[in-house]
Amino acid sequence: MNIETVGAVQILLGVLGRFWPVWLALVITLGLSFFYRKRLGLYGQLFSSGVGIAGVTICFFWLFTAIFAPEIATFDPLAQNAVLKNALPGAIVPESYGGGIYFFGGDNLSRDVFSRMIFGSQIVLIIAPAATAFALMVGTTLGLPAGYYGGKIDSILSFLANLVLAFPVILLFYLLVTPAIVEMGLPRWMAGVFFLFPIAFFLTLFWTRFKNRPDRLWLYLGLTLVIGGWAYMSLVFNADPFGILSLSPNELNIFAAVVFASSPGVFRIVRGLVMDIKTRDYVAAAQTRGESPWYIMLWEVLPNARGPLIVDACLRVGYTTILLGTLGYFGLGLAPESPDWGTAIKDASRLLRSYVHPAIPPAVALMSFVLGLNLLADALREQSMKD
Amino acid sequence: MLSFVLRRLGVMALTMVALTLVVFLLVNLEPNLKKLAISQTESRATIEQQDAWLERNGYRQNFFVRYGQWLGVVKKQPNIDPATGEAVSRFRFCDEAAVPTYSGILQGDFGCSTKFRVPVQEKLFPALRATGILMFWVMVTMVPIALLVGILGGMREGSRTDRSLSVASIATTATPEYVSGVIFAVIFASWLGWLNGSAASATTQGVTFNNFTLPVMTMAIYGIGYIARMTRASMVEVMTQQYIRTARLKGLSFRTVVVRHALRNALIAPFTVIMLQFPWLLTGVVIVETMFRYQGFGYALVEAAGNNDIDLLLGCSLVSVFVVLFTQLLSDIGYAYLNPRIRVQ
Repeated sequence: MNIETVGAVQILLGVLGRFWPVWLALVITLGLSFFYRKRLGLYGQLFSSGVGIAGVTICFFWLFTAIFAPEIATFDPLAQNAVLKNALPGAIVPESYGGGIYFFGGDNLSRDVFSRMIFGSQIVLIIAPAATAFALMVGTTLGLPAGYYGGKIDSILSFLANLVLAFPVILLFYLLVTPAIVEMGLPRWMAGVFFLFPIAFFLTLFWTRFKNRPDRLWLYLGLTLVIGGWAYMSLVFNADPFGILSLSPNELNIFAAVVFASSPGVFRIVRGLVMDIKTRDYVAAAQTRGESPWYIMLWEVLPNARGPLIVDACLRVGYTTILLGTLGYFGLGLAPESPDWGTAIKDASRLLRSYVHPAIPPAVALMSFVLGLNLLADALREQSMKD
Repeated sequence: MLSFVLRRLGVMALTMVALTLVVFLLVNLEPNLKKLAISQTESRATIEQQDAWLERNGYRQNFFVRYGQWLGVVKKQPNIDPATGEAVSRFRFCDEAAVPTYSGILQGDFGCSTKFRVPVQEKLFPALRATGILMFWVMVTMVPIALLVGILGGMREGSRTDRSLSVASIATTATPEYVSGVIFAVIFASWLGWLNGSAASATTQGVTFNNFTLPVMTMAIYGIGYIARMTRASMVEVMTQQYIRTARLKGLSFRTVVVRHALRNALIAPFTVIMLQFPWLLTGVVIVETMFRYQGFGYALVEAAGNNDIDLLLGCSLVSVFVVLFTQLLSDIGYAYLNPRIRVQ
């Protein structure tokens, strides 16, 4: 069957048109942020430099793309239209197959490259920030005492962190993200340990602050336990009583491996920051007041370490995105038909000699998202240096 | 200095032992052994026969005994065929001693690769050589470019050159190898046809400009941005120092100040960064060698992991962990050596 294609201008206009919910949301968000930038603190200051605006715009673009993915995408990311195998960009789907246009062409399994790229953003934008958040929790909870107490705790924890850091990342993933590991149930154990950290973190946080104000204390502790326990059950044991949150064993494996690989990095940064900050006068003042060590760590030291930590978190989300891409590229963990960008690049790069078009959209998408995060981190660093 | 190096070497040895134990545990998980038994016995072998194969070949011994045998501090028991009373090797394609011997890593015996059907050392060391050639060219292109970009940007902070170079460096750090590799292959191999999209011929016919430029370029690009940013930061810091102002006030030209006074001090930090880049480069090696079909260390690692080749995977892990720890040690020693202010007692 002869497939007709539309011209480049029509592709461009069509794609821009499909993104209309994103443009709308971008205009509203950026407009409001720009208007109220004076009142928005560090976030508002980002709008004073070109790099910052570019970073915020790109990040929001992908965030909204992930949120509105079902609206934007023209086809089901897994649906195949046999006639459109490796179809060129702009291929018109015959009426008998439902009509429509493959804006960026079809891939080797005749799926729509454009829709796959759009749905791929969902996977990346859920796993990367969430895994980074958990890594930050684990790294912070361990880095605070290591930096504050020093001595034996520090030596042991640092040795363990260095052990993980001495693994080349790729080897770590080849060892940790395998069907054999899933079969042994190791990811569940790892996740079970890692996911305890956020709960422990918030419990300590509220306990140290409100220990003498029982009215608030029990409310906050109860909330933490209920929400944390619910998330813990649904994420680790995949047994959410409400059926909202769920993680398949493979996703859990990836998640645990990514958290495991990036928390030692956070640990090192937090430890270094704490060692620097604990010599300040306000820490000495708190010690003289007789505050408990954990109160000082969580309510005196940590807030003052937030600048570098926010910058690091931005970079780390970008790095985790690259990691997820690497996992997809080597076919580790994610399902072979998953629309995530790494898997798409892997599939396309095998056929690069004959068909170029399926490789470009996921590659550009991944690059632009990481670039946005890096620009954001750079702008944040510059702003926090001004303070 | 000597005691510092010795202490570091001790920590390094301890780390190696701990890491190899973990790797040994992970590659010898029960499902992996099962898969090995299935691939090494006839396809119709029963579960009992598979278990018997594992038992006979020593896979069912105590974990630490097996680790000791792999390391070469416990004697490996020969595998006696009950029918003939003679010793047979675990795998047809590798010879093993007929009497109990110490034969492990420390004796230079890395075991037997089931995927390539040769002793591991016969596969691993040529692969390392091939990767060494790749790394050499990557370093030769990456380091000078990165240092130049960093110095040009850092010598006049905030200038237009600085801003554009900064954004360019950020862009390269946002482009992982599997993205830049695809983009370069599309541009230079598919559209322009200048370069070879595969480095497979480099293994057999030797390295040429055509087949080696793309892998080297792909790997170098990702590292350039990071090193350049570190160099820039270090250069900016040096340029604000008092002695630079003194040199300027003395009437020296800007050029002389940069080349004679600033450069050497600005290069201490990037040295450490370059050394610590090795673990990252290792990931790059794996991606690039897979993408451009170059038969080096990364290719061996992927094949070993993908085909449940236990001994080869152990060998690869040992080498990569060693490379990482050794470069860390080198960077610490080098830093202390280069920077007189930090030199250890």
